[in-house]
Amino acid sequence: MQPVGAVVPLRVDIAEKTFRSAQGVSITALQDLSFEVRQGEFACLLGPSGCGKTTTLRILLGLDKNFSGSFQLPEGGSNRIAAVFQEPILLPWRTVEQNVRLALPKSLRTKNLDGLFDTLGLAGMRSLYPAELSLGLARRAALARAFATEPAVLFLDEPFASLDERTAGRLRHLLLTVWSARPTTALMVTHNLREALMLSDRIIVLAQRPAHVLGMFDVKLPRQYRNPQVMSDLLRSFHQKFPGGA
Amino acid sequence: MSAPDTGDRPPGAVADISSQSSLATALTPVLTVAVSLLGLCLLWGLAENAWPSRAFPGPGQVWQVLLAEAANGDLFYHLGATLGRVAAAYVVAMVVGSVIGVLLGSHRSADRFFSPWVVLFLNIPALVVIVLAYIWFGLNEAAAIGAVAVNKIPNVVVTMREGARALDPSYAEMAAVYRFGLLDRVRHVLLPQLQPYLAAASRSGIALIWKIVLVVELLGRSNGVGFQIYLYFQLFDVAAILAYTLAFVAVMLVIELLLVQPVERHATRWRRRPA
Ligand SMILES: Nc1ncnc2c1ncn2[C@@H]1O[C@H](COP(=O)(O)OP(=O)(O)OP(=O)(O)O)[C@@H](O)[C@H]1O
Ligand SMILES: [Mg+2]
Repeated sequence: MQPVGAVVPLRVDIAEKTFRSAQGVSITALQDLSFEVRQGEFACLLGPSGCGKTTTLRILLGLDKNFSGSFQLPEGGSNRIAAVFQEPILLPWRTVEQNVRLALPKSLRTKNLDGLFDTLGLAGMRSLYPAELSLGLARRAALARAFATEPAVLFLDEPFASLDERTAGRLRHLLLTVWSARPTTALMVTHNLREALMLSDRIIVLAQRPAHVLGMFDVKLPRQYRNPQVMSDLLRSFHQKFPGGA
Repeated sequence: MSAPDTGDRPPGAVADISSQSSLATALTPVLTVAVSLLGLCLLWGLAENAWPSRAFPGPGQVWQVLLAEAANGDLFYHLGATLGRVAAAYVVAMVVGSVIGVLLGSHRSADRFFSPWVVLFLNIPALVVIVLAYIWFGLNEAAAIGAVAVNKIPNVVVTMREGARALDPSYAEMAAVYRFGLLDRVRHVLLPQLQPYLAAASRSGIALIWKIVLVVELLGRSNGVGFQIYLYFQLFDVAAILAYTLAFVAVMLVIELLLVQPVERHATRWRRRPA
């Protein structure tokens, strides 16, 4: 259970991010957003819909360079990043296994993926095309791709959105299983408080747009002890700390 | 996505073209085409009997010429020459047209600037390009193939520009996050998305190119189907003209059935098949 890779934490310090819409209206999505995720920690970014969570991740992924401020990604070991997007984004013309292998650096291309596929329940689906998968399975394949790359930091954008609660619950357990096998610094976006309480070491609570940090909520209790009783206690103390929030 | 339809995909068409079921699905269209052509020959025979004339030979006569030309080797020599030019012009037009089209489709300001050029080139008659190419570059093979390619390139540009506009940015973003190499991006992200547009450009391309190649041969080459047709035009030998034309159409049909369609089926094997 040694945290792997990262020696430097994930440090975010975004002064401002403004969108200019097609009609020329400007929308400030982020303002003075700063937080830190310690190495090997699983953090959740919790905030209402439309507050700027995806925008934050896109900046951290290097997909949006048009902002003021700075951030620092964890380094050490590999300095690769991996992402599970709001949609699975698998290449429809490549099989599940090809999708996973294509994301790997050349040195890992031929690595044995049996264990990962088994854990995620994808063993029999490696040769299927994404169109032949249900949404739940496609999301598992996206998780497999992210974990296979052995990243220094992992970003997840509502990876369980638009799944029924049972499937989402199963996938949360799978996520915890693969993550625990190799605890990577992770930042997951969600607007589901229960999900955040179940998965994370620390919850970063965001305000309405323009997003900035309202506060932190640390969950010190190891995940295996978070049973329904404990969860409702956690919920209560979260609501005490953030009466209006989330 | 409003991709042009890439044709029907019979259920059970699988990647391995040597397997039994795909052989059957490859043969069915061939049979249909054969029956349909036979009907046309019959009609032609009837018409020839109704209006007998030297300028309107029947299918039997054309067949005789075809056999004779095949026996002395001329047919294959000239078909080969034309086919070579078609292939060369096709490759040049597709590569150059695709590169320009994708660049224009993904750079809005470049597109706005070059759009009038594309429209201009689209509307220059093929004959003008051919004549100018022969004047400027001489009566040689490069000028001939280049002239055909230049005629086709604007069409490819327009189709591929459409394809580039329809590219889904989320795939490119995924590729950027996972640091795909340039080659992987082209092969696994770009080309599969452009495939329907490449197929559409190819289809209309081959049909256009081989017709222009005949004109190029007629004006400035000393072999090829176009040259032969011009020769027999001067001899007023309609049977030979038809023999060469039909032979070449047959070759193009075979290529379409045995090469283009299987390749397309292979390229679209990942699509969800109708249940
Ligand atoms: N490309 C864009 N152009 C203009 N405005 C944008 C753009 N992308 C996002 N926005 C605006 O920025 C704000 C934040 O969007 P973002 O997608 O980050 O929200 P989110 O927190 O991820 O929401 P959700 O939980 O619904 O996914 C929204 O109000 C949205 O309208
Ligand atoms: Mg979002």
